[in-house]
Amino acid sequence: MLDSKIPSGPIDQKWKNRKFESNLVNPANRRKHTVIVVGTGLAGASAAATLGEQGYRVKVFTFHESPRRAHSIAAQGGINAAKNYQNDGDSVYRLFYDTIKGGDFRSREANVYRLAEVSVNIIDQCVAQGVPFAREYGGTLTNRSFGGTQVSRTFYAKGQTGQQLLLGAYSSLMRQAGQKTIEIFSRQEMVDLIVVEGKARGIIARNLVTGELTTHTADAVILATGGYGNVFFLSTNAKQSNASACWRAHKRGAYFANPCFTQIHPTCVPVSGDYQSKLTLMSESLRNDGRVWVPLKAGEKRAPGDIPENERDYFLERMYPAFGNLVPRDIASRAAKRMCDEGRGVGPTGLSVYMDFRDSIQRLGHATISEKYGNLFQMYEKITDENPYQVPMRIFPAVHYTMGGLWVDYNLMSSIPGLFVAGEANFSDHGANRLGASALMQGLADGYFVIPYSIANYIGGTKLSPIKNDHESAKATLAESQTRLEALMKAKGSQSVDQLHRKLGKIIWDNCGMARNEAGLNEAMVSIQKLKEEFANDVRVPGDNQLNSELEKANRVADFLELGELMCLDALERKESCGGHFREEMQTPEGEALRDDKNFSHVAAWEFTGKTPKLHKEALVFENIHLAQRSYK
Amino acid sequence: MKLHLKIWRQKGPQEAGSFKDYSVDNASEHMSFLEMLDFLNTSLVQKGEEAVQFDHDCREGICGSCSLVINGNPHGPETGTATCQLHMRKFKDGDTIVIEPFRAKAFPVIRDLSVNRTAFDRIMEAGGFCSVNTGNAPEANAILIGKETAEKAMDSAACIGCGACVAACKNASAMLFVSAKVSQLALLPQGNPERGRRVRNMVAQMDQEMFGACSNTGSCEAACPKEIKLENIARLNREMVRAAWVE
Repeated sequence: MLDSKIPSGPIDQKWKNRKFESNLVNPANRRKHTVIVVGTGLAGASAAATLGEQGYRVKVFTFHESPRRAHSIAAQGGINAAKNYQNDGDSVYRLFYDTIKGGDFRSREANVYRLAEVSVNIIDQCVAQGVPFAREYGGTLTNRSFGGTQVSRTFYAKGQTGQQLLLGAYSSLMRQAGQKTIEIFSRQEMVDLIVVEGKARGIIARNLVTGELTTHTADAVILATGGYGNVFFLSTNAKQSNASACWRAHKRGAYFANPCFTQIHPTCVPVSGDYQSKLTLMSESLRNDGRVWVPLKAGEKRAPGDIPENERDYFLERMYPAFGNLVPRDIASRAAKRMCDEGRGVGPTGLSVYMDFRDSIQRLGHATISEKYGNLFQMYEKITDENPYQVPMRIFPAVHYTMGGLWVDYNLMSSIPGLFVAGEANFSDHGANRLGASALMQGLADGYFVIPYSIANYIGGTKLSPIKNDHESAKATLAESQTRLEALMKAKGSQSVDQLHRKLGKIIWDNCGMARNEAGLNEAMVSIQKLKEEFANDVRVPGDNQLNSELEKANRVADFLELGELMCLDALERKESCGGHFREEMQTPEGEALRDDKNFSHVAAWEFTGKTPKLHKEALVFENIHLAQRSYK
Repeated sequence: MKLHLKIWRQKGPQEAGSFKDYSVDNASEHMSFLEMLDFLNTSLVQKGEEAVQFDHDCREGICGSCSLVINGNPHGPETGTATCQLHMRKFKDGDTIVIEPFRAKAFPVIRDLSVNRTAFDRIMEAGGFCSVNTGNAPEANAILIGKETAEKAMDSAACIGCGACVAACKNASAMLFVSAKVSQLALLPQGNPERGRRVRNMVAQMDQEMFGACSNTGSCEAACPKEIKLENIARLNREMVRAAWVE
């Protein structure tokens, strides 16, 4: 059993207790300690900026040309916080409760409580940085609703909340760069982790422009490198989002937790052809005013506008009257899939459902809808060439977020001492399903308010011997990276990396996507084995060792192949349905996910062994919230 | 659809580049422009030729990575659209399309269509922030900001830092980029205490990076995928004057 190092005391005292017990580092001593941050999304940028402000020497790595381009920037809808500005019954405890329930009771109570607790400070911090949140005429902040909750607690900046929050964190990061507490290494990618005497002591980075590999040593390493949704090839993730930093850390000893917990987001623009490079999300906030429906009859051929009211099935409102269109994502996605399976899907492929704004436009007027969602409607029209003010949007579920990630304890430290993991890259707060507008909250909570305490606690309480770049472990790790990259360059097969990646995506989507079963998962693992061989023998990476996107992709897809296999193994091992993990063998008569709390109320953390991965379990104990079947009816 | 492409190929910053001709036979009008380039690259890779390097990431028009000058226009022919959101249905079967990198002294070419825009980061480093350490913020609703002001600030803050404004300007001026950030923070009370310092430092850094002077022609606004308005530049100029007199 893994020790999650949860502090003692009642739930609302745990974080206070931990902060007080924590070791500290004297302000004058902080500059003697180097901390590496990999990734500059919300979690990475906020952690780096805060550590810089506190006086540590921070080295920040991003494969992007600029920290501002990290994928957090694409988050649209908003960020939750338990401010209760709407006086509608919100509280820290309710946000905690909603998140635990939304995650289908597969997250750690203490972490989630802390997240809800610091959520209020995040909004204060962002406002002080100049983030232009939406406001009322009187000048106060306004809110909207998101799925899985019955209060209005989501703060937003038009449909660009992620962008504005990231630019806020980025501005603080750049301020520290100007003050020389932070050094930024852009277009540099972490290719391995340096572990010395069991502790994380640095990274090997590849300069994507020159191809040079360099060694960087440190006292602690923070991975804030995002999720692994791109295993599926088609996802709403940015094209370059990848799991390599986490996977290399996993291979050096960091456990990977709940890899099968992936989130399929219900409202995305449907796939249009086999050339498609990625999928585009339509924010969940649209479900505040958009009504989701399919025709009552299978095989309906009329245009949506010609289908009369009594021949439409507003299936979310029908099935879940209490939450209606705002049920959590996993539930909405599965319901949409069920409609399409029944032959009632719409569009050329039959793989989409309508999201209709007709009634809201009538009720609120074109101007109000345009003010709330203008940029999303415009984005939809650019992709599909259809005007959603006139015809309903067509949407279908797509891979969006990964709840799984590297295992961390309460302090966000992985199973390798000195290696911390923040944001989507860790597994900690969302259980088996994340609620909308909680990813931004978690990224910033980790970076601004948790990591700084964890780093002080670790550095202040650990004997760290000095280490130089020519340390034997560092040299050996560098040499291994060199060998791996050279092997990829030598490959002279016939398929491009993308072609092979698409094959992997299809295997995982078909067998480890919205619904999983034992036979399919077993088959997928065999197929991935074959695909790995195909990759080794038949990939083609032309070009040189300098700026070469094919080489970068090959390096990442090699890791996705291994991770995909672990996802299937984890899904196979978890013989229950919970949140986004839906095993067809385990469902209620109404087709809802059927948990098995007796046998699976745990985190599955996998250790890399080189052969069959070894499973470690962390028991999930619910002392405050009563375990129950989720109901949104 | 069938397309003829003239694409700028350049090995590195110090080497001379040139246009190379390519043809794509089976493009679909539903492809995005970048998917069309992916399609070309797959065929090049299969032949063992080097893929065309270009910057891209989110492909939703928000990260600001994509660039490209398409038929003489930064981000192509559509207004208010980043290259990644441009679709082939905006072109005709048989079209010849010329694809070049953003060209500016401050944006050196790295390879092919990929350019180095880190000059923008250094301008941000010089002053594009409110100096507030984590933990040092007052209660959010203690700072009242009217709806119109918040929305104006948001309009300026919508800049994605892609650099199309620079690529469009005959002087390769970065005024639209710099003014959008200066405006956002000048409009908001949080930005007030360092208003003068900010504008002076950011403009000084902009000059040091070798961006040119404003041409006053407004081509930046026309090319901007986020439709950032020229009035930001007017506000920047006012902020400079204000800084000289008031602070």
